[in-house]
Amino acid sequence: MMKQKTVTNPRPSVILDDVVIRFAGDSGDGMQLTGSQFTSTTVSMGNDVSTLPDFPAEIRAPAGTLPGVSGYQIRFSSNQVFTPGDQADVLVAMNPAALKVNLEGLKPNGVIVANTDSFSPRDLQKAHYDSNPLEDGSLDSYRLFAIDVTRLTRAALRESKLDTRAVDRCKNFFALGMMYYLYERPTDVTERWLEQKFRGKDDLIEANKMALRAGVAYCEATEVFHETYKVPAAKLPPGKYRNVSGNQALSLGLVAAAKTANLPLFLGSYPITPASDILHQLAGYKNYNIETFQAEDEIAGVCAAIGASFGGSLGVTTTSGPGVALKMEAIGLAIMVELPLIIVNVQRGGPSTGLPTKTEQADLFQAVYGRNSESPLPVLAPATPADCFNIAFEAVRIALAYMTPVMILSDGYLANGAEPWKLPAVDELPSIKTSYWTDAKSFRPYLRDKRTLARPWGIPGTPGLEHRVGGLEKNEEDGNVSYDPLNHERMVRLRAEKIQRVAQDIPDLEILGPESGKLLVVGWGSTYGAIISAVRRCHADGVDVSAIHIRHLFPFPRNLGAILARFEKVLVPELNCGQLASMLRSSYLKETVSLSKIQGRPFSQREMFNKINQLLERTS
Amino acid sequence: MSTTAQMQQSPALKKKDFVSDQEVRWCPGCGDYAILNAVQQVFPTLGIPKEKFVVVSGIGCSSRFPYYMNTYGFHSIHGRAPAIATGLKVANPDLSVWVITGDGDALSIGGNHFIHTMRRNVGLKILLFNNQIYGLTKGQYSPTSEKGKKTKSSPFGSVDRPFNPISLALGAECTFVARTVDIYQKHMKEVLTRAAAHKGTAFVEILQNCNIFNDRAFANITDKPNRDDNQVVLEQGKPLVYGKEHQRGIRMSKYLPEVVDLDGSVSEDELVVHDETRPAAYAFLLSRMVAPKFPTPIGIFRAIDIDSYEDGVNEQVRSVTEKLGEGTIESLLNAGDTWIVK
Ligand code: SF4
Repeated sequence: MMKQKTVTNPRPSVILDDVVIRFAGDSGDGMQLTGSQFTSTTVSMGNDVSTLPDFPAEIRAPAGTLPGVSGYQIRFSSNQVFTPGDQADVLVAMNPAALKVNLEGLKPNGVIVANTDSFSPRDLQKAHYDSNPLEDGSLDSYRLFAIDVTRLTRAALRESKLDTRAVDRCKNFFALGMMYYLYERPTDVTERWLEQKFRGKDDLIEANKMALRAGVAYCEATEVFHETYKVPAAKLPPGKYRNVSGNQALSLGLVAAAKTANLPLFLGSYPITPASDILHQLAGYKNYNIETFQAEDEIAGVCAAIGASFGGSLGVTTTSGPGVALKMEAIGLAIMVELPLIIVNVQRGGPSTGLPTKTEQADLFQAVYGRNSESPLPVLAPATPADCFNIAFEAVRIALAYMTPVMILSDGYLANGAEPWKLPAVDELPSIKTSYWTDAKSFRPYLRDKRTLARPWGIPGTPGLEHRVGGLEKNEEDGNVSYDPLNHERMVRLRAEKIQRVAQDIPDLEILGPESGKLLVVGWGSTYGAIISAVRRCHADGVDVSAIHIRHLFPFPRNLGAILARFEKVLVPELNCGQLASMLRSSYLKETVSLSKIQGRPFSQREMFNKINQLLERTS
Repeated sequence: MSTTAQMQQSPALKKKDFVSDQEVRWCPGCGDYAILNAVQQVFPTLGIPKEKFVVVSGIGCSSRFPYYMNTYGFHSIHGRAPAIATGLKVANPDLSVWVITGDGDALSIGGNHFIHTMRRNVGLKILLFNNQIYGLTKGQYSPTSEKGKKTKSSPFGSVDRPFNPISLALGAECTFVARTVDIYQKHMKEVLTRAAAHKGTAFVEILQNCNIFNDRAFANITDKPNRDDNQVVLEQGKPLVYGKEHQRGIRMSKYLPEVVDLDGSVSEDELVVHDETRPAAYAFLLSRMVAPKFPTPIGIFRAIDIDSYEDGVNEQVRSVTEKLGEGTIESLLNAGDTWIVK
């Protein structure tokens, strides 16, 4: 962290270029809201940000317990940031459980702001503390600010008409106000949000505003913090920006792509963590020629989407790994009948129910190999929350050009993490061309396009195109049922060749760093941020290491093999036991080193950095 | 393309317009042939352009049906036809979508989609060919096989209790519920015509003979000498009278149906007069009338008129679009909090 004193202010103001704050409290304490408000204010000030919510699978585990802790980490900076930060500078702990769970993620000598009002013996006991950490000296290596947030909030809201319970619920805004003071942020963005959110409930708007301002005023009056911090705006490319989470960006990408293709979008989906937000979001876009169908189960969700695609819509289904497992037979059907379909898998920890709210990348094999028989489909993975927009767009393009289901592998980290996104210019979005077949004379259901091998899309309601599709093997061209052995082999190979040809429209991979050398880091999906940060840090240290990031996982970009061949060692970091590494070995006979992590958490930049140095036999 | 213009141009449709060039591959003597014949005869009479028909099926003997119909067709996967057809119908409400299914396909592996389609009242015509056996997998007991049935997978007799498809459909709040029999061509065509005109889900159970694995399962109502004594035909506004000599009727006694002899001691006025628009509880009582204690009811148990699911979905899209204006990519991207970096 770079420090330099400014002299203008009566209170000393310190310039920082990179800060990580973690808000933590009980699930009922509104920490997600607090964090996202800090984010909104911070992006409006021009910082680059990266955020990571971290919440329990239980909706409300018993109050005050360790499993009930909900956290929200935000990193904001004057530079471009790629990860939410390995460790926090500041931990706001609303109760002992939040302190206990999050302390290991705090930097040495970091700041702790603790709400002393929830450190009663009962609270300490629920968090399994034998003595009060605020008093027993165990936090001596940190800078502790023990503040009676609940009582101060009550005092500030003495005049409010709200009852005590409702008043106490405003205490997160008091804490937010303190952070606004500490990092010199204005309160107006949050105040405007409150006015919109609680329109018509003036008591609530007033109370929360008062709590927020009281948090600021308390710090001003008491000078509890000796200095405040400025984090100047980042130098981001000029343009219009918006903060988006991965799930939001993915939803926007699907809608924008359907609009570009001039097709109605039909989403068939069943609620599942962490993918449900896409269903929620699309359900609100009814005026964008979108129909959403909350199905009776995962299978019905994908089947309804296939039915809609048969009828000429862009069929989409969204889910997580366990849902994909249920949908696979239907996805095989979509491969057989060669209809466009988008399957979104927002991966989470597994197997089975696993870790529903935690991130993992262990569904790559499932996506590429997880169906009965020879049934390839294109698989894509976004690299960052904002990249979910581009990947959704790309998936739709491929699905329509090649008449095939396409699977998108997002994950919990991308889905819930957020970053500023520079809005694309509408006229610069890639074009997506598609058309229904209408000419009855030339129509043959499985006649293939010469370049893409796609079959024609002849939709019900078109006179003269009446035809049958189904899961039984097709005769080449006319699509009638065929049990002919040689035809079956031809069809299996044709379907595979069609998917391989997707690679002809995929851009070549770009290498970050030297074109050849000792070490190449190969990433995919949400590991992008940690890899890029670590590799850039190596470059700053003058170390030669290169990186590529694969967004098209099946088929691979055409230049991948040639790139791999130019490096002595290949490091593949993944939040699984080495699935991409295994695919690279089997596709290119290239030895790889896996960096595996299966803890429901993303890689830290440091883990990545250390591994790179270890492979280069440098001591870091 | 305008549908009306299309209809004016095209000459009247005939049965042969709905016969595909594919060779029919059911076992000789299978009840499915009769059903195919009836459907091919009914479709041209409905005033619907040929290209608007879609036949969707799952897996099983019955599910080969779409291949034999010269319409749009989708032979899908086991149990999922109602789900696929739902997506198709909701996205394309002007299509006439027919689901062909069997007792295993609809009631076993596809049970969930079956009931939820009916709950929503999706405008699908669901024809369930009930032969009380698994035919395509060569003779295992099905969810409608009677308890104790000896099959390949139940050599000592099945211990499963069967579903009554009519009761199940009524329990799922289906708005049109009917039963007919493969060999009753005239009756079947009447029922199918009514089903075609129904707004929401129309469910028709067709008792179908599988002469290979479960021959004569419905012999009591298909064999000439006694069949009229073993079935009662439900007709709107008419008393439930049946029998070769119209000698019996159904009366309500202590909230339950009972068989009475019309021998002079009971007059026709005391009998149940059929009304398909009554609350489902009435139709449910009828559905519980099973042989040998009761005659098997055939005809329309229930037909009520409420909005279809697809109308609801599309009406919502229309009204939201009217209120908010049609969304554009610009409005989509620029929504929410944005800021400018110079
Ligand atoms: S097995 Fe039975 S149901 Fe299947 S085709 Fe043969 S007779 Fe018909």
